Amino acid sequence: MTNVQITVDGTTYEDEVEPRLLLVQYLRDVLGKTGTNIGCDTSNCGACTVHLDGRSVKSCTVLAVQADGATVDTIEGLASTDGAGGDGDATAGWHPLQRAFHTEHGLQCGYCTPGMIMAAADLLRENPDPSEEEVRHGLEGNLCRCTGYVNIVKAVRTAAAELRGEEVGA
Amino acid sequence: MIPASFEYVRAGTIEEAVAALREHGDEAKLLAGGHSLLPLMKLRLATPEVLVDIGRVDAMKGVCETDDGRLAIGSMTTHQDVMDDPLVREHCGVLAEVTAMVGDAQVRHRGTLGGALAHGDAASDLPAAILALDGTFTVEGPDGRREIAARDFFVDYLTTALQDDEVVVEVRVPKLDGDWGWRYEKFSRVSQAWAIVGALGLVKRTNGTIEEARVGLTHMGAVPVRASAVEDALAGNGPDAIADAAQHAADGTDAPSDLNATSAFRQHLARVLTRRALEAAAG
Ligand SMILES: Cc1cc2nc3c(=O)[nH]c(=O)nc-3n(C[C@H](O)[C@H](O)[C@H](O)COP(=O)(O)OP(=O)(O)OC[C@H]3O[C@@H](n4cnc5c(N)ncnc54)[C@H](O)[C@@H]3O)c2cc1C
Ligand code: FES
Ligand code: FES
Repeated sequence: MTNVQITVDGTTYEDEVEPRLLLVQYLRDVLGKTGTNIGCDTSNCGACTVHLDGRSVKSCTVLAVQADGATVDTIEGLASTDGAGGDGDATAGWHPLQRAFHTEHGLQCGYCTPGMIMAAADLLRENPDPSEEEVRHGLEGNLCRCTGYVNIVKAVRTAAAELRGEEVGA
Repeated sequence: MIPASFEYVRAGTIEEAVAALREHGDEAKLLAGGHSLLPLMKLRLATPEVLVDIGRVDAMKGVCETDDGRLAIGSMTTHQDVMDDPLVREHCGVLAEVTAMVGDAQVRHRGTLGGALAHGDAASDLPAAILALDGTFTVEGPDGRREIAARDFFVDYLTTALQDDEVVVEVRVPKLDGDWGWRYEKFSRVSQAWAIVGALGLVKRTNGTIEEARVGLTHMGAVPVRASAVEDALAGNGPDAIADAAQHAADGTDAPSDLNATSAFRQHLARVLTRRALEAAAG
Protein backbone atom coordinates (compact mmCIF):
# COMPACT_ATOMS: atom_id res chain seq x y z
CA MET A 1 0.00 0.00 0.00
CA THR A 2 1.12 3.54 -0.70
CA ASN A 3 0.14 6.69 1.12
CA VAL A 4 -1.40 9.44 -1.00
CA GLN A 5 -2.53 12.95 -0.23
CA ILE A 6 -4.84 14.41 -2.83
CA THR A 7 -6.90 17.60 -2.75
CA VAL A 8 -10.26 16.88 -4.37
CA ASP A 9 -12.77 19.67 -4.92
CA GLY A 10 -11.04 21.77 -2.29
CA THR A 11 -10.74 19.15 0.46
CA THR A 12 -7.47 17.37 1.16
CA TYR A 13 -7.70 13.61 1.72
CA GLU A 14 -5.05 11.21 2.89
CA ASP A 15 -5.40 7.49 2.22
CA GLU A 16 -3.49 4.25 1.93
CA VAL A 17 -4.11 2.88 -1.55
CA GLU A 18 -2.98 -0.04 -3.63
CA PRO A 19 -0.68 1.27 -6.37
CA ARG A 20 -2.93 -0.26 -9.03
CA LEU A 21 -5.97 1.74 -7.88
CA LEU A 22 -7.09 4.04 -10.68
CA LEU A 23 -7.82 7.68 -9.91
CA VAL A 24 -11.44 7.26 -11.01
CA GLN A 25 -11.86 4.37 -8.58
CA TYR A 26 -10.29 6.43 -5.83
CA LEU A 27 -12.79 9.21 -6.49
CA ARG A 28 -15.83 6.93 -6.72
CA ASP A 29 -15.11 4.01 -4.40
CA VAL A 30 -12.83 5.51 -1.76
CA LEU A 31 -14.19 9.07 -1.57
CA GLY A 32 -17.74 8.20 -2.67
CA LYS A 33 -17.69 10.98 -5.25
CA THR A 34 -19.72 9.21 -7.91
CA GLY A 35 -20.32 12.33 -10.02
CA THR A 36 -17.42 11.24 -12.22
CA ASN A 37 -18.56 8.36 -14.43
CA ILE A 38 -16.77 5.38 -15.92
CA GLY A 39 -17.84 4.78 -19.50
CA CYS A 40 -15.54 2.76 -21.72
CA ASP A 41 -12.79 2.12 -19.17
CA THR A 42 -10.41 2.04 -22.18
CA SER A 43 -9.29 5.71 -22.36
CA ASN A 44 -11.57 6.53 -25.26
CA CYS A 45 -14.89 8.02 -24.15
CA GLY A 46 -13.91 10.82 -21.76
CA ALA A 47 -16.80 10.16 -19.32
CA CYS A 48 -14.23 10.00 -16.52
CA THR A 49 -12.67 13.41 -17.31
CA VAL A 50 -11.51 15.44 -14.30
CA HIS A 51 -8.95 18.21 -13.90
CA LEU A 52 -5.55 17.17 -12.56
CA ASP A 53 -3.61 20.26 -11.51
CA GLY A 54 -5.90 22.27 -13.73
CA ARG A 55 -5.75 20.23 -16.94
CA SER A 56 -8.40 17.81 -18.22
CA VAL A 57 -7.38 14.15 -17.99
CA LYS A 58 -9.09 10.78 -18.27
CA SER A 59 -9.11 9.54 -14.69
CA CYS A 60 -9.50 5.90 -15.79
CA THR A 61 -5.99 6.18 -17.23
CA VAL A 62 -4.25 7.74 -14.23
CA LEU A 63 -3.19 5.87 -11.10
CA ALA A 64 -4.20 7.39 -7.78
CA VAL A 65 -0.52 7.25 -6.77
CA GLN A 66 0.33 9.43 -9.78
CA ALA A 67 -2.01 12.08 -8.37
CA ASP A 68 -0.30 12.10 -4.98
CA GLY A 69 0.22 15.71 -3.92
CA ALA A 70 -1.94 17.00 -6.75
CA THR A 71 -5.17 18.93 -6.97
CA VAL A 72 -8.12 17.19 -8.59
CA ASP A 73 -11.31 18.97 -9.57
CA THR A 74 -14.41 17.01 -10.47
CA ILE A 75 -17.90 17.87 -11.67
CA GLU A 76 -19.00 17.76 -8.03
CA GLY A 77 -16.95 20.83 -7.17
CA LEU A 78 -17.96 22.94 -10.14
CA ALA A 79 -21.11 24.59 -8.80
CA SER A 80 -20.70 27.14 -6.05
CA THR A 81 -23.81 25.87 -4.23
CA ASP A 82 -25.80 22.65 -4.46
CA GLY A 83 -28.33 24.44 -6.61
CA ALA A 84 -31.13 24.32 -4.07
CA GLY A 85 -30.78 28.06 -3.61
CA GLY A 86 -33.42 30.54 -2.62
CA ASP A 87 -35.78 32.54 -4.84
CA GLY A 88 -37.01 29.29 -6.38
CA ASP A 89 -34.04 29.25 -8.76
CA ALA A 90 -32.91 25.63 -8.84
CA THR A 91 -29.89 26.55 -10.94
CA ALA A 92 -28.51 29.24 -8.64
CA GLY A 93 -24.79 28.75 -8.16
CA TRP A 94 -24.42 26.43 -11.11
CA HIS A 95 -21.41 26.91 -13.33
CA PRO A 96 -22.34 28.58 -16.66
CA LEU A 97 -21.54 25.29 -18.41
CA GLN A 98 -23.94 23.38 -16.19
CA ARG A 99 -26.63 25.97 -16.82
CA ALA A 100 -26.03 26.01 -20.58
CA PHE A 101 -26.16 22.19 -20.89
CA HIS A 102 -29.53 22.48 -19.16
CA THR A 103 -30.99 25.34 -21.20
CA GLU A 104 -29.59 24.18 -24.57
CA HIS A 105 -30.56 20.53 -24.01
CA GLY A 106 -26.93 19.43 -24.20
CA LEU A 107 -27.78 16.05 -22.71
CA GLN A 108 -30.26 13.23 -22.98
CA CYS A 109 -29.29 10.31 -20.74
CA GLY A 110 -26.62 12.49 -19.11
CA TYR A 111 -23.99 9.79 -18.80
CA CYS A 112 -21.33 11.66 -20.77
CA THR A 113 -22.20 15.02 -19.24
CA PRO A 114 -19.82 15.22 -16.25
CA GLY A 115 -16.89 14.44 -18.53
CA MET A 116 -18.14 16.70 -21.32
CA ILE A 117 -18.47 19.62 -18.93
CA MET A 118 -15.05 19.11 -17.35
CA ALA A 119 -13.40 18.81 -20.79
CA ALA A 120 -15.28 21.89 -21.96
CA ALA A 121 -14.25 23.87 -18.86
CA ASP A 122 -10.57 23.29 -19.66
CA LEU A 123 -11.17 24.08 -23.32
CA LEU A 124 -12.80 27.43 -22.42
CA ARG A 125 -10.00 28.31 -20.07
CA GLU A 126 -7.60 28.00 -23.00
CA ASN A 127 -9.89 29.46 -25.63
CA PRO A 128 -12.64 31.70 -24.23
CA ASP A 129 -14.31 32.19 -27.62
CA PRO A 130 -14.09 28.97 -29.60
CA SER A 131 -15.74 28.54 -33.00
CA GLU A 132 -18.04 25.59 -33.57
CA GLU A 133 -15.13 23.83 -35.28
CA GLU A 134 -12.85 24.49 -32.32
CA VAL A 135 -15.40 23.14 -29.85
CA ARG A 136 -15.83 19.98 -31.89
CA HIS A 137 -12.07 19.50 -32.17
CA GLY A 138 -11.50 20.38 -28.51
CA LEU A 139 -14.04 17.79 -27.35
CA GLU A 140 -12.90 15.00 -29.67
CA GLY A 141 -11.86 12.95 -26.65
CA ASN A 142 -15.45 12.83 -25.35
CA LEU A 143 -18.10 10.56 -26.82
CA CYS A 144 -21.84 11.05 -26.52
CA ARG A 145 -24.10 8.23 -27.67
CA CYS A 146 -27.34 10.20 -27.42
CA THR A 147 -27.33 13.80 -28.53
CA GLY A 148 -25.51 13.88 -31.85
CA TYR A 149 -23.37 16.65 -30.34
CA VAL A 150 -25.24 19.60 -31.90
CA ASN A 151 -26.70 20.82 -28.62
CA ILE A 152 -23.49 20.06 -26.73
CA VAL A 153 -21.59 22.38 -29.05
CA LYS A 154 -24.34 25.00 -28.66
CA ALA A 155 -24.20 24.70 -24.87
CA VAL A 156 -20.43 25.15 -24.76
CA ARG A 157 -20.62 28.26 -26.94
CA THR A 158 -23.48 29.67 -24.87
CA ALA A 159 -21.50 29.12 -21.68
CA ALA A 160 -18.46 30.69 -23.31
CA ALA A 161 -20.46 33.82 -24.07
CA GLU A 162 -21.69 34.00 -20.50
CA LEU A 163 -18.19 33.50 -19.12
CA ARG A 164 -16.99 36.36 -21.34
CA GLY A 165 -19.61 38.52 -19.65
CA GLU A 166 -22.07 38.71 -22.52
CA GLU A 167 -25.82 38.77 -21.99
CA VAL A 168 -27.29 35.29 -22.53
CA GLY A 169 -31.02 34.87 -23.14
CA ALA A 170 -32.87 32.60 -20.73
CA MET B 1 -10.72 -3.18 -15.47
CA ILE B 2 -7.93 -3.27 -12.94
CA PRO B 3 -4.24 -3.85 -13.63
CA ALA B 4 -2.50 -6.83 -12.02
CA SER B 5 -0.70 -5.97 -8.77
CA PHE B 6 2.73 -4.41 -8.99
CA GLU B 7 5.28 -2.79 -6.75
CA TYR B 8 5.37 0.99 -7.15
CA VAL B 9 8.67 2.86 -7.09
CA ARG B 10 8.81 6.61 -7.49
CA ALA B 11 12.06 7.92 -8.93
CA GLY B 12 13.10 11.45 -8.02
CA THR B 13 16.08 11.61 -10.35
CA ILE B 14 17.32 10.00 -13.55
CA GLU B 15 19.95 8.12 -11.53
CA GLU B 16 17.27 6.66 -9.25
CA ALA B 17 15.26 5.54 -12.26
CA VAL B 18 18.29 3.81 -13.82
CA ALA B 19 19.17 2.20 -10.48
CA ALA B 20 15.63 0.86 -10.06
CA LEU B 21 15.64 -0.56 -13.59
CA ARG B 22 18.99 -2.14 -12.97
CA GLU B 23 17.83 -3.69 -9.72
CA HIS B 24 14.63 -5.19 -11.11
CA GLY B 25 15.75 -6.07 -14.64
CA ASP B 26 13.10 -7.04 -17.14
CA GLU B 27 10.44 -7.30 -14.42
CA ALA B 28 10.35 -3.50 -14.24
CA LYS B 29 8.82 -0.92 -16.57
CA LEU B 30 9.13 2.84 -16.55
CA LEU B 31 5.87 4.73 -16.09
CA ALA B 32 5.82 8.09 -17.88
CA GLY B 33 2.38 9.51 -18.71
CA GLY B 34 0.94 6.01 -18.62
CA HIS B 35 -1.23 6.54 -21.68
CA SER B 36 0.17 3.60 -23.57
CA LEU B 37 1.23 1.44 -20.65
CA LEU B 38 -1.81 1.70 -18.32
CA PRO B 39 -4.36 0.71 -21.01
CA LEU B 40 -2.20 -2.37 -21.74
CA MET B 41 -1.96 -3.16 -18.03
CA LYS B 42 -5.72 -2.80 -17.57
CA LEU B 43 -6.21 -5.36 -20.33
CA ARG B 44 -3.50 -7.47 -18.65
CA LEU B 45 -1.55 -7.45 -21.90
CA ALA B 46 1.29 -6.04 -19.82
CA THR B 47 1.90 -7.28 -16.27
CA PRO B 48 5.12 -5.67 -15.03
CA GLU B 49 6.02 -6.60 -11.46
CA VAL B 50 7.55 -3.22 -10.75
CA LEU B 51 6.55 0.19 -12.07
CA VAL B 52 9.17 2.91 -11.85
CA ASP B 53 7.31 6.23 -11.99
CA ILE B 54 9.42 8.96 -13.62
CA GLY B 55 6.59 11.51 -13.60
CA ARG B 56 8.37 13.67 -11.06
CA VAL B 57 11.81 13.75 -12.61
CA ASP B 58 11.87 17.46 -13.39
CA ALA B 59 15.28 17.20 -15.07
CA MET B 60 13.51 15.40 -17.94
CA LYS B 61 10.89 18.12 -18.51
CA GLY B 62 11.06 21.15 -20.76
CA VAL B 63 12.96 22.35 -23.81
CA CYS B 64 16.33 24.08 -24.16
CA GLU B 65 18.84 25.03 -26.85
CA THR B 66 22.01 22.94 -27.04
CA ASP B 67 25.60 24.04 -27.69
CA ASP B 68 25.49 22.44 -31.12
CA GLY B 69 22.53 24.57 -32.16
CA ARG B 70 19.74 22.05 -31.73
CA LEU B 71 16.73 21.80 -29.42
CA ALA B 72 16.81 19.29 -26.59
CA ILE B 73 13.32 18.23 -25.49
CA GLY B 74 13.09 16.43 -22.17
CA SER B 75 11.46 13.05 -22.58
CA MET B 76 8.92 13.76 -19.80
CA THR B 77 7.62 16.86 -21.57
CA THR B 78 3.92 16.31 -22.19
CA HIS B 79 2.50 16.57 -25.68
CA GLN B 80 0.67 19.76 -24.63
CA ASP B 81 3.87 21.33 -23.31
CA VAL B 82 5.73 20.46 -26.54
CA MET B 83 2.96 22.16 -28.54
CA ASP B 84 2.99 25.26 -26.33
CA ASP B 85 6.75 25.62 -26.06
CA PRO B 86 8.06 28.89 -27.56
CA LEU B 87 11.38 27.33 -28.72
CA VAL B 88 9.61 24.46 -30.46
CA ARG B 89 7.17 26.83 -32.11
CA GLU B 90 9.91 29.14 -33.31
CA HIS B 91 12.50 26.61 -34.48
CA CYS B 92 10.69 23.34 -35.09
CA GLY B 93 7.04 24.18 -35.72
CA VAL B 94 6.55 20.91 -37.57
CA LEU B 95 6.91 19.02 -34.29
CA ALA B 96 4.24 21.17 -32.65
CA GLU B 97 1.94 20.52 -35.59
CA VAL B 98 2.34 16.74 -35.54
CA THR B 99 2.02 16.64 -31.75
CA ALA B 100 -1.27 18.54 -31.95
CA MET B 101 -2.65 15.63 -33.96
CA VAL B 102 -1.87 13.01 -31.31
CA GLY B 103 -4.98 11.58 -29.64
CA ASP B 104 -7.20 14.16 -27.96
CA ALA B 105 -6.76 17.01 -25.47
CA GLN B 106 -6.89 14.78 -22.39
CA VAL B 107 -4.33 12.38 -23.88
CA ARG B 108 -2.04 15.28 -24.78
CA HIS B 109 -2.19 16.56 -21.19
CA ARG B 110 -0.74 13.27 -19.85
CA GLY B 111 1.18 11.56 -22.65
CA THR B 112 4.84 12.44 -23.07
CA LEU B 113 7.20 12.73 -26.02
CA GLY B 114 9.63 10.21 -24.55
CA GLY B 115 6.90 7.71 -23.73
CA ALA B 116 5.41 7.93 -27.21
CA LEU B 117 8.81 7.26 -28.80
CA ALA B 118 10.06 4.61 -26.35
CA HIS B 119 6.83 2.65 -26.73
CA GLY B 120 7.67 1.99 -30.39
CA ASP B 121 4.06 1.75 -31.56
CA ALA B 122 3.88 1.50 -35.35
CA ALA B 123 0.73 3.66 -35.39
CA SER B 124 2.19 6.43 -33.26
CA ASP B 125 2.61 9.76 -35.05
CA LEU B 126 5.74 11.10 -33.37
CA PRO B 127 8.30 8.48 -34.42
CA ALA B 128 7.88 9.39 -38.11
CA ALA B 129 8.34 13.06 -37.26
CA ILE B 130 11.54 12.50 -35.25
CA LEU B 131 12.82 10.25 -38.05
CA ALA B 132 12.09 12.87 -40.72
CA LEU B 133 13.86 15.48 -38.58
CA ASP B 134 16.95 13.22 -38.23
CA GLY B 135 16.53 13.56 -34.47
CA THR B 136 18.64 11.79 -31.89
CA PHE B 137 17.90 10.19 -28.54
CA THR B 138 20.04 10.80 -25.47
CA VAL B 139 19.69 7.74 -23.25
CA GLU B 140 21.17 7.05 -19.84
CA GLY B 141 22.05 3.66 -18.38
CA PRO B 142 24.28 2.30 -15.62
CA ASP B 143 27.38 3.08 -17.73
CA GLY B 144 26.44 6.65 -18.48
CA ARG B 145 24.92 8.31 -21.51
CA ARG B 146 24.91 7.49 -25.19
CA GLU B 147 23.24 8.99 -28.21
CA ILE B 148 21.14 6.96 -30.65
CA ALA B 149 20.12 8.29 -34.07
CA ALA B 150 16.41 8.04 -34.81
CA ARG B 151 17.08 5.75 -37.80
CA ASP B 152 18.73 3.24 -35.42
CA PHE B 153 16.27 3.65 -32.54
CA PHE B 154 13.17 1.94 -33.95
CA VAL B 155 14.00 -1.75 -34.35
CA ASP B 156 10.74 -3.68 -34.69
CA TYR B 157 7.13 -3.65 -33.58
CA LEU B 158 7.12 -2.32 -29.96
CA THR B 159 10.89 -2.80 -29.90
CA THR B 160 13.55 -0.09 -29.74
CA ALA B 161 17.33 -0.02 -29.37
CA LEU B 162 16.91 0.72 -25.63
CA GLN B 163 18.36 -1.76 -23.15
CA ASP B 164 16.19 -2.87 -20.19
CA ASP B 165 18.08 -0.54 -17.85
CA GLU B 166 18.18 2.54 -20.06
CA VAL B 167 16.07 5.69 -19.82
CA VAL B 168 15.44 8.13 -22.65
CA VAL B 169 16.52 11.43 -21.13
CA GLU B 170 15.93 13.79 -24.03
CA VAL B 171 15.29 13.98 -27.74
CA ARG B 172 17.31 16.36 -29.90
CA VAL B 173 15.95 17.91 -33.06
CA PRO B 174 17.51 20.46 -35.41
CA LYS B 175 16.42 24.05 -35.64
CA LEU B 176 14.93 24.45 -39.07
CA ASP B 177 16.83 27.38 -40.60
CA GLY B 178 15.67 28.78 -43.89
CA ASP B 179 12.33 28.57 -45.64
CA TRP B 180 10.81 25.24 -44.57
CA GLY B 181 7.21 24.18 -45.09
CA TRP B 182 5.47 21.11 -43.70
CA ARG B 183 2.22 19.20 -43.44
CA TYR B 184 1.25 16.00 -41.65
CA GLU B 185 -1.55 14.12 -43.37
CA LYS B 186 -3.09 11.64 -40.96
CA PHE B 187 -5.73 9.22 -42.19
CA SER B 188 -7.81 7.69 -39.42
CA ARG B 189 -11.25 6.19 -38.96
CA VAL B 190 -12.62 8.65 -36.41
CA SER B 191 -11.47 12.01 -35.10
CA GLN B 192 -9.16 11.03 -32.21
CA ALA B 193 -8.10 7.63 -33.54
CA TRP B 194 -4.65 6.34 -34.37
CA ALA B 195 -3.27 6.71 -37.89
CA ILE B 196 -4.16 4.00 -40.41
CA VAL B 197 -1.42 5.73 -42.40
CA GLY B 198 0.26 9.07 -41.80
CA ALA B 199 2.58 11.00 -44.12
CA LEU B 200 4.72 13.92 -43.05
CA GLY B 201 6.08 16.15 -45.81
CA LEU B 202 8.90 18.53 -44.86
CA VAL B 203 10.28 20.76 -47.60
CA LYS B 204 13.06 23.33 -47.77
CA ARG B 205 12.21 25.86 -50.43
CA THR B 206 14.69 28.02 -52.33
CA ASN B 207 13.68 30.38 -55.14
CA GLY B 208 10.61 28.35 -56.09
CA THR B 209 12.42 25.01 -56.12
CA ILE B 210 12.61 22.24 -53.58
CA GLU B 211 16.14 22.26 -52.20
CA GLU B 212 15.45 19.34 -49.89
CA ALA B 213 12.40 17.15 -49.25
CA ARG B 214 11.86 14.73 -46.41
CA VAL B 215 8.99 12.29 -46.03
CA GLY B 216 8.26 10.33 -42.86
CA LEU B 217 5.60 7.60 -42.96
CA THR B 218 3.54 6.28 -40.04
CA HIS B 219 2.13 2.73 -39.92
CA MET B 220 3.66 1.57 -43.20
CA GLY B 221 5.58 -1.20 -41.41
CA ALA B 222 6.66 -2.26 -37.95
CA VAL B 223 8.74 0.91 -37.64
CA PRO B 224 8.45 4.42 -39.09
CA VAL B 225 10.13 4.84 -42.48
CA ARG B 226 11.45 7.58 -44.74
CA ALA B 227 10.17 7.54 -48.34
CA SER B 228 13.67 8.00 -49.70
CA ALA B 229 12.74 7.37 -53.35
CA VAL B 230 10.37 10.34 -53.14
CA GLU B 231 12.93 12.48 -51.36
CA ASP B 232 15.61 11.74 -53.98
CA ALA B 233 13.26 12.41 -56.88
CA LEU B 234 12.39 15.87 -55.56
CA ALA B 235 15.71 17.41 -54.57
CA GLY B 236 16.44 20.30 -56.90
CA ASN B 237 13.08 20.11 -58.69
CA GLY B 238 10.01 22.33 -58.70
CA PRO B 239 6.72 21.54 -56.96
CA ASP B 240 5.35 20.21 -60.28
CA ALA B 241 7.51 17.11 -59.75
CA ILE B 242 5.60 16.16 -56.60
CA ALA B 243 2.75 14.19 -58.18
CA ASP B 244 5.09 11.81 -60.03
CA ALA B 245 7.53 11.50 -57.16
CA ALA B 246 4.77 10.64 -54.67
CA GLN B 247 3.96 7.54 -56.76
CA HIS B 248 7.05 6.01 -55.16
CA ALA B 249 5.95 6.65 -51.56
CA ALA B 250 5.24 2.98 -50.82
CA ASP B 251 8.39 1.64 -52.51
CA GLY B 252 10.27 -0.71 -50.22
CA THR B 253 7.71 -0.52 -47.41
CA ASP B 254 6.22 -3.52 -45.64
CA ALA B 255 2.74 -2.26 -44.81
CA PRO B 256 0.68 -4.47 -42.50
CA SER B 257 -2.85 -5.69 -43.15
CA ASP B 258 -5.30 -5.44 -40.25
CA LEU B 259 -8.98 -4.79 -39.52
CA ASN B 260 -8.67 -1.18 -40.65
CA ALA B 261 -6.85 -1.61 -43.95
CA THR B 262 -5.19 -4.12 -46.22
CA SER B 263 -1.56 -3.70 -47.11
CA ALA B 264 -2.52 -2.66 -50.65
CA PHE B 265 -4.88 0.03 -49.35
CA ARG B 266 -2.14 1.32 -47.06
CA GLN B 267 0.20 1.59 -50.04
CA HIS B 268 -2.44 3.57 -51.90
CA LEU B 269 -2.92 5.83 -48.89
CA ALA B 270 0.83 6.39 -48.59
CA ARG B 271 1.01 7.63 -52.19
CA VAL B 272 -2.02 9.91 -51.90
CA LEU B 273 -1.16 11.30 -48.46
CA THR B 274 2.48 11.89 -49.43
CA ARG B 275 1.39 13.88 -52.47
CA ARG B 276 -1.04 15.98 -50.41
CA ALA B 277 1.49 16.55 -47.64
CA LEU B 278 4.26 17.60 -50.03
CA GLU B 279 2.02 19.85 -52.09
CA ALA B 280 0.93 21.65 -48.94
CA ALA B 281 4.49 21.77 -47.61
CA ALA B 282 5.91 23.18 -50.85
CA GLY B 283 3.08 25.69 -51.34
C1 LIG C 1 -7.13 7.31 -26.28
C2 LIG C 1 -5.70 7.43 -26.73
C3 LIG C 1 -5.43 7.88 -28.02
C4 LIG C 1 -4.12 8.02 -28.47
N1 LIG C 1 -3.91 8.45 -29.73
C5 LIG C 1 -2.64 8.59 -30.19
C6 LIG C 1 -2.39 9.05 -31.52
O1 LIG C 1 -3.31 9.36 -32.28
N2 LIG C 1 -1.10 9.15 -31.92
C7 LIG C 1 -0.06 8.85 -31.09
O2 LIG C 1 1.09 8.99 -31.51
N3 LIG C 1 -0.26 8.43 -29.83
C8 LIG C 1 -1.53 8.29 -29.37
N4 LIG C 1 -1.74 7.86 -28.08
C9 LIG C 1 -0.58 7.49 -27.25
C10 LIG C 1 -0.09 8.68 -26.48
O3 LIG C 1 0.64 9.54 -27.32
C11 LIG C 1 0.81 8.21 -25.34
O4 LIG C 1 0.95 9.27 -24.48
C12 LIG C 1 2.20 7.76 -25.73
O5 LIG C 1 2.17 6.77 -26.69
C13 LIG C 1 2.95 7.18 -24.57
O6 LIG C 1 3.43 8.18 -23.75
P1 LIG C 1 3.29 8.05 -22.18
O7 LIG C 1 4.06 9.17 -21.60
O8 LIG C 1 1.89 7.95 -21.81
O9 LIG C 1 4.11 6.69 -21.92
P2 LIG C 1 3.80 5.44 -20.99
O10 LIG C 1 2.52 4.81 -21.34
O11 LIG C 1 4.02 5.81 -19.58
O12 LIG C 1 5.01 4.50 -21.45
C14 LIG C 1 5.01 3.87 -22.72
C15 LIG C 1 6.20 2.92 -22.81
O13 LIG C 1 7.42 3.64 -22.92
C16 LIG C 1 8.30 3.36 -21.84
N5 LIG C 1 8.91 4.64 -21.47
C17 LIG C 1 8.23 5.76 -21.14
N6 LIG C 1 9.09 6.78 -20.93
C18 LIG C 1 10.33 6.29 -21.13
C19 LIG C 1 11.64 6.86 -21.06
N7 LIG C 1 11.84 8.15 -20.75
N8 LIG C 1 12.71 6.07 -21.33
C20 LIG C 1 12.51 4.76 -21.66
N9 LIG C 1 11.30 4.17 -21.74
C21 LIG C 1 10.22 4.92 -21.48
C22 LIG C 1 7.43 2.75 -20.76
O14 LIG C 1 8.14 1.87 -19.94
C23 LIG C 1 6.37 2.03 -21.58
O15 LIG C 1 6.85 0.79 -22.00
C24 LIG C 1 -3.04 7.71 -27.61
C25 LIG C 1 -3.29 7.25 -26.30
C26 LIG C 1 -4.61 7.12 -25.86
C27 LIG C 1 -4.85 6.64 -24.47
S1 FES D 1 -14.03 5.75 -18.87
FE1 FES D 1 -12.18 6.86 -19.01
S2 FES D 1 -12.12 7.38 -21.09
FE2 FES D 1 -13.92 6.16 -21.01
S1 FES E 1 -26.33 12.28 -23.19
FE1 FES E 1 -26.30 10.12 -23.24
S2 FES E 1 -24.22 9.73 -23.71
FE2 FES E 1 -24.31 11.85 -23.92
